[in-house]
Amino acid sequence: MRNDQFLGEYLRMQGVSRRGFLKFCSATASLMALPPSAVGQVAEALATARRPSVIWLSFQECTGCTESLTRSHAPTVESLIFDAISLDYHHTLQAAAGHAAEEAREAAMEENKGKYLLVVDGSIPLDNPGYSTIAGISNLQMLEETAADAFAIVAVGTCAAFGGLPHADPNPTGAVAVSDIITDKPIINVSGCPPIPVVITGVLAHFLTFGTIPELDALGRPAAFFGQNIHDRCYRRPFYERGQFAETFDDEGARKGWCLYKLGCKGPTTYNACATLKWNAGTSFPIQSGHGCFGCSEPDFWDKGGLYQPISAGLWGERDALLGAAAAGAALGVGSALAARARKKKALAEEEA
Amino acid sequence: MENMTLLDFARGPGLQWALWIFFFGVLWRVVGAMFLLGTKDRSKHRRNHYIRDGLRACLTRSAPAHAFEEKIRFQHLTGYAWHIALFVSVLLFAPHILFFESLLGFGWPHLPNTIILFSAAIAIGVLIALLIRRATHPVQRLISNVDDYVSILVVLLPLISGVLAFAHVGARYETLLALHLLSVELLMIWYPFGKLMHTIMTFPSRYQSGTFFGHRGVKA
Repeated sequence: MRNDQFLGEYLRMQGVSRRGFLKFCSATASLMALPPSAVGQVAEALATARRPSVIWLSFQECTGCTESLTRSHAPTVESLIFDAISLDYHHTLQAAAGHAAEEAREAAMEENKGKYLLVVDGSIPLDNPGYSTIAGISNLQMLEETAADAFAIVAVGTCAAFGGLPHADPNPTGAVAVSDIITDKPIINVSGCPPIPVVITGVLAHFLTFGTIPELDALGRPAAFFGQNIHDRCYRRPFYERGQFAETFDDEGARKGWCLYKLGCKGPTTYNACATLKWNAGTSFPIQSGHGCFGCSEPDFWDKGGLYQPISAGLWGERDALLGAAAAGAALGVGSALAARARKKKALAEEEA
Repeated sequence: MENMTLLDFARGPGLQWALWIFFFGVLWRVVGAMFLLGTKDRSKHRRNHYIRDGLRACLTRSAPAHAFEEKIRFQHLTGYAWHIALFVSVLLFAPHILFFESLLGFGWPHLPNTIILFSAAIAIGVLIALLIRRATHPVQRLISNVDDYVSILVVLLPLISGVLAFAHVGARYETLLALHLLSVELLMIWYPFGKLMHTIMTFPSRYQSGTFFGHRGVKA
């Protein structure tokens, strides 16, 4: 697609029918929690959108977020929409390497000053710049440079949004999230390990449609996708209500598809669209595959007790402290009783005297 | 964890501190009471059935004395209803069993949630009725002190917050769960220092009274 070409024109050239395009617009409007009357507006805006420049920076990450996006159920309209942005820099996907790649980034920044979208996946190490560099440039320096003239930043994945796995205790690299460094730009956190591809494309579609960032929740995530918790939308919820739980991954309850709460499912405290949008072209999601939710779209999910520990289980800490408290209590009890006896003895002696 | 949420605090440090205070206080009260038992009884031995007398007192005091039966029927029935409903709600709800299992290392079978909700509703209703009666009945009001009202409140809060958390009503689930856990922690902290200690002391003290009276030839 040429930079001056409209998106609608490009999609028609790719063989996407008007019906398919409108279907996607309806789904996008619905995902963004817009009323049905907005579908026309979405379609018109998308059809006449020109592709925005996108610079994608990958820092301390596993490439899972990029894998999620590129290995999604392509080719679909969503992936074409993604093709329709001008991805000017992405060091995993681009053909250029080394200085040529960096020149492409600098050129895109210069040409689209103040207009480009910056997508970041991975956390940023602050302890030592040498932990993660690209072309000799530290992650921190590259982020600050690139963010300076960006229109907005999309932090893709839990690492970029909240620090993620690199940030887990003891955080050896001093990893932080994008929002810990950049404070003067709008940041959209598309968390998840990895995030749902449709959520990433949905955020981009919103930007293409309205030229603005979507409504965000308290953690800076698009409210349309992260507004409800997985437990409330889970098809296994009725089993929870009835108190029917799988006790192990291969027992009768597991085979009958009962609730996975006892096996550590974090659905009740996790906000994401997995239970509604699902993965692999809407085929399934972890709970449907028989495994509890890890809560990967929430901050510090790695440090909140065991992955297979139920939410209602307490994090009791060291048993020694408990024994110490009990011993101190018992000692005080003995002391109180002895003191009471001494008082009684004294009182009796005084009475007899 | 740098960004500790309310739920993280309630599940972690809050719970740990509450448990330490709980164990400290309970051991203080129980050990103190046990050491007081060693005082010499100068009374002449009249019966030699201490264990039987002790156990008998545990049973007979579980029912109202015949002379008062009619007068205290309301307290008697509501007392049983409340304690049974509380027992079912606290000890037979699956997430609660997982909570105890994380501390004790073993669990037990649970009841369907419909029964748990029903019993929680009974427990809340009865406790509110008893609270109103305590606050309005002239005699009960006279013999009640701050301990009674605080003890009722710290038991009522976990019940209400628990039902709200289960039903996801009023706030996000993690907030409700955190408030529920914090209310339980408040209960654990208050427990050893107020009248809630009766849950541990009731039967030992009945037993002790039974043997004490038996020793002196009183059939109690």
